[in-house]
Amino acid sequence: MKLKQFMKGDGLTYLLVIVAFAILAPLNAGGFLSRSFSGLLIPICCYMSLAVSLNLTVGVLGELSLGHAGFMCVGAFSAVVASTSLAQLVPIPGLRLAIAMIVGALFAAMVGLIIGAPVLRLHGDYLAIVTLAFGQIIKELVGSLFVGKDTHGLHVMLNLRGNLTLEDLGLEDGGVAILKGAQGAVGTQPIATFTAGFFLVLLTLAVVLNLIHSRSGRAIMALRDNRIAAESIGISSIKYKMMAFILSAALAGAAGALYGLNYSSLQSAKFDFNTSIMILVFVVLGGLGNIRGSLISAAAMTILPVVLLEFNSYWKLIYALLLIGVMLVSNNAKLKTMLGQVKMRLHRTNKEAS
Amino acid sequence: MFPKFVPVPSHNLLLERDADKHPVLECVNLGIRFGGLAAVEDFNIAIGPTEISGLIGPNGAGKTTVFNLLTKVYQPTHGTTLLNGKDTHAMNTAQVSQAGIARTFQNIRLFNNLSVEDNIKVAMNCQLKSSLMGSLLRLPSFRREEEAAHNRAMELLSLFHMEKYANTKASALPYGVQRRVEILRALATNPSILLLDEPAAGMNPSETAELTENIRKIRDTFHIAVLLIEHDMDLVMNLCEGLAVLNFGRIIAKGTPEEIQKNPAVIEAYLGKQKGA
Repeated sequence: MKLKQFMKGDGLTYLLVIVAFAILAPLNAGGFLSRSFSGLLIPICCYMSLAVSLNLTVGVLGELSLGHAGFMCVGAFSAVVASTSLAQLVPIPGLRLAIAMIVGALFAAMVGLIIGAPVLRLHGDYLAIVTLAFGQIIKELVGSLFVGKDTHGLHVMLNLRGNLTLEDLGLEDGGVAILKGAQGAVGTQPIATFTAGFFLVLLTLAVVLNLIHSRSGRAIMALRDNRIAAESIGISSIKYKMMAFILSAALAGAAGALYGLNYSSLQSAKFDFNTSIMILVFVVLGGLGNIRGSLISAAAMTILPVVLLEFNSYWKLIYALLLIGVMLVSNNAKLKTMLGQVKMRLHRTNKEAS
Repeated sequence: MFPKFVPVPSHNLLLERDADKHPVLECVNLGIRFGGLAAVEDFNIAIGPTEISGLIGPNGAGKTTVFNLLTKVYQPTHGTTLLNGKDTHAMNTAQVSQAGIARTFQNIRLFNNLSVEDNIKVAMNCQLKSSLMGSLLRLPSFRREEEAAHNRAMELLSLFHMEKYANTKASALPYGVQRRVEILRALATNPSILLLDEPAAGMNPSETAELTENIRKIRDTFHIAVLLIEHDMDLVMNLCEGLAVLNFGRIIAKGTPEEIQKNPAVIEAYLGKQKGA
């Protein structure tokens, strides 16, 4: 009975991910997938994880955050630095990837802590605007960051005025520049794998779903539903808001790390407002607070633009129309009652059968 | 800066059976000013550990404001509240709740997207100890604690014979049941005093009678004090052992229900001055 309940809820979500991986992994290894599609596998995993983690802030905590790409950015670049500087020390790519992802998550969590402390005292639109600003600030800061490595260790320089060059980093001969300001990371060894992406999605799911079903998760959802009532039963709003926000940032950092290590060159301009909004679209389309929905919409919305490339420059038009269409259909009252009736009928036949 | 704790105040509502005990809740010159408006002023009461007392008064007298002061939704500008002899002036809403004040709201505030069981379990948050890591890893201690929380929630629900609603979403419940869930949620925090803000609002006579029984049952089961705001005079006179009457933010009378019914100041506040009197 307990298993049956589990399979109806969270179990189905896990199963969905595992089955998808079990089908796609051998196909990918055997080279049966088109090149454009197999190149999408790792980004899809990243976006799934990002959508689920943003859903923790937007759907579960109920605070609109428009700076999720900022945490992804921190995760991506700290992972690139970690991976490149550990290249000799940890020769096994898989292990190095794991370490880099942990580093990415930790750095993103730290930034989440710094941003969350002031931001989470705000509510609603104000919070959204400030997270948007912080997302842009992170992008700009990382875009002016120079990091190099030589025998003395890491050299870090922030080029805020734009008058410094790589020479100012003071690398000795044979040193390597890892981040070059606006040029970003060039010549990174792409060590990300689809398997790592699969484990990332599973880990994200486990963290978010287990959190929801714990006392902390209940407290977070209580704050979302009614802050005054939640405080009246002894729930500290700042503590639980911070918990959700930092966890969400850390998971986004890990996803960003995998994303960053999937490409040999990476610019911080990639992690702009549009990326934040794109992840938010995944979450809204999949349903606020609906974790399985986030997974499905992230995958579908990442594949769709590639499929729509057939329509050349019209693809954005069709993409937008599809989005509007899905929103209209999913909010249609008639359709909802129809689905409800089908569900009831299925339920009844199930009962009669058993 | 704050008035000192006076052990046996002259202005108390204490019953004889509680007279030798310390009051569970004591307000000392409690008040709040919004700009020039004194919404509540010189509010002094003491409530015994197992007393059911009432706060009544005409609309706009400041009754809910008193509740908001006690639970620190508003920070008082004057005076303070002692809870089990402990000063609460430096506490916030969450800390006051942990110290032992639980409340319901005039306009029901449930966690609408959570099930009834979860609504009650949330309120046990401060009694549960499992760490974030423990719950993410689903350690055995976490499972045991969840099991215990579930049992306690069902036990509380059985108090009002509401086990069948455990898995219903709070927003889907009928009004009367929502009111009861809110009371149970408040009880789940293990309070030493329960504040009920118009618990009988919108109820028919038979529901009100049931509520009266339920409030007595709560006091007798948990041995806690109850302070309620109510406009239904039948319920108040029937249930409360001590009453305080508030008008324009000031207490105009205190005493037993019989005394209050005869008090000329109270009659004037409710019915107006008699001509020629």
